Amino acid sequence: MLDNTSESYVTADGRTIGGVVMEMRNITLRFGGVEAIKDISFDIREGEIRAIIGPNGAGKSSMLNVISGFYNPQEGEVIYKGAKRPPMKPYQVARQGIARTFQNIALFEGMSVLDNVMTGRLNHMKTGFFAQGLWWGKAEAEEVANREKAEEIIDFLEIQAIRKTPVGRLPYGLKKRVELARALAAEPQILLLDEPMAGMNVEEKEDMSRFILDVNDEYGTTIVLIEHDMGVVMDLSDRVVVMDYGKKIGDGTPDEVRNNQEVIDAYLGVAHD
Amino acid sequence: MAEIQPPAGAPQSVPALLRRNAAQFGSYPAYREKEFGIWQSWTWSQTLAEIEALALGLLALGLERGDYVAVIGRNRPALYWSMVAAQMAGGVPVPLYQDAVSEEMSYVLDHCGARFVIAGDQEQVDKVIDAQEKVPGIDHILYLDPRGLRKYDHSKLHALADIQAEGRAAHDRLYGELTAREAELTYDSTCVMLYTSGTTGKPKGVVLSNRNIIEASKSSSEFDNLRRDDEVLAYLPMAWVGDFIFSIGQAYWTGFCVNCPESADTMMTDLREIGPTYFFAPPRVFENLLTSVMIRMEDAGKLKKKLFDRAMARAKETGPKILDGKPVSTSERLAYAWDNLMVIGPLKNTLGMSRVRVGYTAGEAIGPEIFDFYRALGINLKQLYGQTEASVFITQQPDSEVRPDTVGVPSPGVELKIGENGEVFYRSPGTFVEYYKNPESTADTKDPEGWVATGDAGFIEEDTGHLRILDRAKDVGKTAGGGLFAPKYVENKLKFYPDILEAVVFGNEREFCTAFINIDLTAVGNWAERNNISYGSYQELAGHPQVLASIQSHVEAVNRSVAEDPMLAHCQVARFLVLHKELDADDGEMTRTRKVRRRIIEEKYADLIEALYDGSTSKYTETEVTYEDGRKGKISATLEIRDAATVEVAGERMAAE
Repeated sequence: MLDNTSESYVTADGRTIGGVVMEMRNITLRFGGVEAIKDISFDIREGEIRAIIGPNGAGKSSMLNVISGFYNPQEGEVIYKGAKRPPMKPYQVARQGIARTFQNIALFEGMSVLDNVMTGRLNHMKTGFFAQGLWWGKAEAEEVANREKAEEIIDFLEIQAIRKTPVGRLPYGLKKRVELARALAAEPQILLLDEPMAGMNVEEKEDMSRFILDVNDEYGTTIVLIEHDMGVVMDLSDRVVVMDYGKKIGDGTPDEVRNNQEVIDAYLGVAHD
Repeated sequence: MAEIQPPAGAPQSVPALLRRNAAQFGSYPAYREKEFGIWQSWTWSQTLAEIEALALGLLALGLERGDYVAVIGRNRPALYWSMVAAQMAGGVPVPLYQDAVSEEMSYVLDHCGARFVIAGDQEQVDKVIDAQEKVPGIDHILYLDPRGLRKYDHSKLHALADIQAEGRAAHDRLYGELTAREAELTYDSTCVMLYTSGTTGKPKGVVLSNRNIIEASKSSSEFDNLRRDDEVLAYLPMAWVGDFIFSIGQAYWTGFCVNCPESADTMMTDLREIGPTYFFAPPRVFENLLTSVMIRMEDAGKLKKKLFDRAMARAKETGPKILDGKPVSTSERLAYAWDNLMVIGPLKNTLGMSRVRVGYTAGEAIGPEIFDFYRALGINLKQLYGQTEASVFITQQPDSEVRPDTVGVPSPGVELKIGENGEVFYRSPGTFVEYYKNPESTADTKDPEGWVATGDAGFIEEDTGHLRILDRAKDVGKTAGGGLFAPKYVENKLKFYPDILEAVVFGNEREFCTAFINIDLTAVGNWAERNNISYGSYQELAGHPQVLASIQSHVEAVNRSVAEDPMLAHCQVARFLVLHKELDADDGEMTRTRKVRRRIIEEKYADLIEALYDGSTSKYTETEVTYEDGRKGKISATLEIRDAATVEVAGERMAAE
């Protein structure tokens, strides 16, 4: 592990991890009197798979929501690409190249898989409402180009067979994959995955892990993920942040984290004062 | 038998046929593939250019005359081109089953000594790299889909497109060499080597010459009047001889278009979009389609169900008559036309079979009611009987003589004879050259006069000349009472029930016959859903008392039907059990083409067979299973063994007792 924030290094499996692309500095998030996140700092390097783990209620999803701009922390700052990020709305964050999936799937149930994926292209569409509605002028060429990108992602995630199926009719595991497809359609630099494997069986988890690795490998996307399945986290990620009761209790490679006494206590359960 | 020679000037190889097609109808489509949601197509001239580029690229990589080029992957135009390109450059293409595990693959790669492997995607490349540890001879691996392969060591690994680009760049330097090698190809040179799936023992490499492939393609295309504007969907394993004949042999002979589906899962959608005119499917595909139609009709509204039932009842009378050209009354014709407009036409469209002129099924017996269903729809579904060693065709059914219980008359150019033990022998221009590196097996199978033993027992009907197949010759045995034991005959009758996926009957040298049964999860699962029966696993469903009761009624019905045939009446199933797992090729219980491996099942489940014969009513068993990724595990279950009522047949039973 390097301390130098701008230098890159090569992992054991041959991937190049770049310098720090996003840094969380002393983030504190409160809901009324409840401190969901307490003074947490960590960084995310370009091209890495960064996991956030912790027991239920540790503040992982809140942390992800801070990154995605859904919550603005009361204290601390988010440094993105070297500059301090002002408080932003989620759509502004999305335009900066950060896409996400949700813990409890948030797709348009009545729309087809293809249409759902196309909505992910929103930020790449420039023509206006009327031009698109009338299929007029540049709107046509733009839609064709965006459809091509959407099809590429459908092919990549192997969901061709359900391209025209309404999302509401799909089983849970496939919905998760469609959500990933929609997030990928935005061509994000950073992809936030909130429990991508929750509720899946072993085979679905294996598939999803492979897709996450492939996305990272093929598109060079930086991935931040929250996950409960420790096996998956330890296999997939380059570095892990461990949270418990809103505090950071560990940060490092999977091996470092695995041997951290505080982390072991948090997971095995130790009496809290 | 004198070897057939082509007329002077006629194309003598598959690459020569390709050049003929590119010259004669260069602007017509040769291949289509759905990619990124759109059907991409290649004309015959574009195909020629692609194949030439690849052949030149292979030369640039150092392909020598007689080198073996293994091709592994799902049906994609570029992989078909690879096979033709390999031959063009003087090599021998060897397509392999894409779902083979690495060990099986190593055996074949080692046996043929492949120097080049052309793989579809990362999954296949990984298996080849695994195999390389044991098989040192593989010099180069080419891949089609680059996904996930970016960080692999590329010293011996190449993208197919890069090799084609290198081939184009080296055009001037190597084109002379390519032309020279291509000119050496004759009717006698090897066109392809196909490995048999190996019901017993290790797979054998069947060497097929250009003569075999071209003659078989030519006469079968003429038999069914195949045309240049026909369309086929290529979705069956490329390593299977049928796919080679349909998608390369006949396609290059007649010049029709081969369509490749987007992925294995989209097969049904792609089928509908293409609407093939010439369609081949194993009985299982037709069965699954029928099952899914029936399940959906069960869920449909009352009115729709009623309309469907009435139309089907009428069509079952009229449809086959119209197909066979028999007299049909005007009112029947009108009713059929009406039904066709309202029910049958839309149904055929849903199935993707609106345009099917010639449909074939083979490989296993097909249930009469399945057969009748498709013929009632007006789909010209026929049966053929063939094997790899014959370049597919041994017998096939002519248009007007289609029956579910025969496999047809000898194909053009094929001679048949029945051996003393009832085994069927044939010889034809399609008869294979030899088994690669296995002269003993070649001599065992093919005698000096060219007669080939099929390994199947059967007889030729005297009045019609149709061949009827009973069973594998080696599986036909004797019961303890001395009667003929033909397990397949009974198994097929059992399998015709939609909720029975597979059956294995035992009884050779035994007092009575018994059976293992596999339930069909789709059909039984749907039935359970409709009857509010909850189940947690395949195993639980298979052991459900109501499922057992329904299977028992099927077994008893089959017993009654078997009893009608005096020759086989003693083959009735007296006791049976429903297996707790599906028989699976990964566990070695079936071949990759899903044929039951009797010997292996007998060994593996010896405890269960014993229980079938010792009178016990239940049996605890543990079975080892192999998961898709190669890991092994164990499942255990206590199986209930049931007695089924049999019909007493006068003389037989007495003798046995």
